[in-house]
Amino acid sequence: MSGILVVVEQRAGRIARISWEAVEAGQGLGTQLGLPVSTVLLGSETESFAAEIAAKIPGNVIRAEHPQLAQYSADGYTLALQQLIEKDRPTQVVFPHTYQVRDYAPALAARFGQVLISDVIAIGDGPVFTRQLLQGRLNGTYRHTGRGPCFISVQAGAFRADSVLYQGTTSVVPQMPTNEGGALAPAGNSSAPISIFAPTIDPCQIRTRPSQPFRASSQTVDLASSPLIVSVGRGIKDAENLPLVQALATALGAELAASRPICDNGWLPLERQVGSSGQTVAPKLYLAIGISGAIQHLVGMKGSQCVVAINKDPDAPIFEIADYGIVGDLFEVVPALTEAVKAAKL
Amino acid sequence: MKIIVAIKQVPDRDALVRIDSAGKWIEEADLQYALNESDAYALEEALQLKEKSAAADCEVIVVSAGPERVGTTIREALAKGADRAIQIACDDLGARDALGVARLLAAAVKPENPDLILTGLQSEDLGLGQTGVIVAELLGLPHATLILHVEKTETGLTVKRELEEGWFQTIELPTPALLTIQSGGNKLRYATLMGIKRAKTKEVRMVVADDLGVDSSPVMSLEKLTMPQKQKSTQMLPGTAKEAAAALVEKLKFEERVL
Repeated sequence: MSGILVVVEQRAGRIARISWEAVEAGQGLGTQLGLPVSTVLLGSETESFAAEIAAKIPGNVIRAEHPQLAQYSADGYTLALQQLIEKDRPTQVVFPHTYQVRDYAPALAARFGQVLISDVIAIGDGPVFTRQLLQGRLNGTYRHTGRGPCFISVQAGAFRADSVLYQGTTSVVPQMPTNEGGALAPAGNSSAPISIFAPTIDPCQIRTRPSQPFRASSQTVDLASSPLIVSVGRGIKDAENLPLVQALATALGAELAASRPICDNGWLPLERQVGSSGQTVAPKLYLAIGISGAIQHLVGMKGSQCVVAINKDPDAPIFEIADYGIVGDLFEVVPALTEAVKAAKL
Repeated sequence: MKIIVAIKQVPDRDALVRIDSAGKWIEEADLQYALNESDAYALEEALQLKEKSAAADCEVIVVSAGPERVGTTIREALAKGADRAIQIACDDLGARDALGVARLLAAAVKPENPDLILTGLQSEDLGLGQTGVIVAELLGLPHATLILHVEKTETGLTVKRELEEGWFQTIELPTPALLTIQSGGNKLRYATLMGIKRAKTKEVRMVVADDLGVDSSPVMSLEKLTMPQKQKSTQMLPGTAKEAAAALVEKLKFEERVL
């Protein structure tokens, strides 16, 4: 059987947007290759999520269920998907590029002698897959040349989930025939067939014991609700230079934020970090100072209304998403800007 | 405890990158190289584990694959405190995919029977973020990714894993194991003068990639490199710092109305 399998994740009781984006990417591949698209959810109780998917998009929905999948583990997820892929033999497997997927999908692909084409931002005819290289400075176009299934993961925000969420049911993608797991009665007339897949997992095959997720400390800074943010990156060079940027933030009445390296160095507390591992912000104004714009940072701020970038490198990726750019030495530009802001506010 | 740290030499973050004439990779002629940042944190974690260990036979071994220039990065790791190194001589590293590179690393470290293998969570050049996980798979080891802190326990390890948006979890796993390390868990050390001096006498065992007898045929190929497309039309504000600052304030006040 050939077809496209999209792995959908549920988190905190709902299907996250990035999973719908992966569905969109899978549907695009399906249209290009003339292949049916099915989705799979892993867990111990997936009924309501499966119904939600089936009501929104065409194609089989597979509930891969096992008590050992109640909590995520790399071993459990790899085993379950390995068995499903061996049974259904999809030609492409599409994942959302989440921290969870990064933890097990490379091992799963290796089990089939393949490599996950990770963090894909676009899919072209071929199919070819575009991903970012050198921290976003260049794009590389890749082709899968192996003989096994092609595994890809898609970057958050790179594919539009809106079309899946609002127009998905009108799609013309053909449906994958029901597999021997036995189709259950669909929830409604327009819903796609839902089937259950029961993988074989022995508890001793799960070698890691994870705890419940926790937050490090109570947050005292709420960057997410701040309308103006001045954010500082590696270009500041030393903690001693931070007052320069703080002065600008004060003049603007903005919150001070930072990219990961600044917090890694302990120059600013972790709660001021913007990016995939920190906070996601969408202020009216985001001023990026000495931030090159690695993807891990951009995902945390690209929803900002107006982005201003100040950087010495004219090729810095931050300029690709900036509304205004100043190429120059931040040690000259920032004090000048602080003075200009003060003057404008008089 | 025997700890292996797999490290990668990557183009320096501030290096000017230009696409080569074939459009397949970047011009390497005058490129500056550095130790991949998250690999530096993996090395730091290993050195701290060694320092905390009561066992006298705790050893930190770095392994790296690539052309001759990789030797510089290996010496840097030895200068910071690694005990010895394995250098996998491989001039066609770029032609191998993550599985091909992981096969090299797995074959080279297997005879060492390490208790723990550490590596960075992803490389700054290719950013595939998988080599560590694949090495674990090939060696049949349990693994955990995005780790900020490692603690040795009676039966194995307790590690702190970073999740998205400020969340964390702890994971217990038995040894031998493989961990991919996230940046920021520790403060990186600098090599001391004494360390640099000592590094010159430390063992670097050369292994030729072809002698490891692993499959090198890739299953994914890089067809071409391009400059990223701009997602927004950026208005660049030229002039001196003062002129650019004044122009920006003008825009923010009267066009964007955010001041």
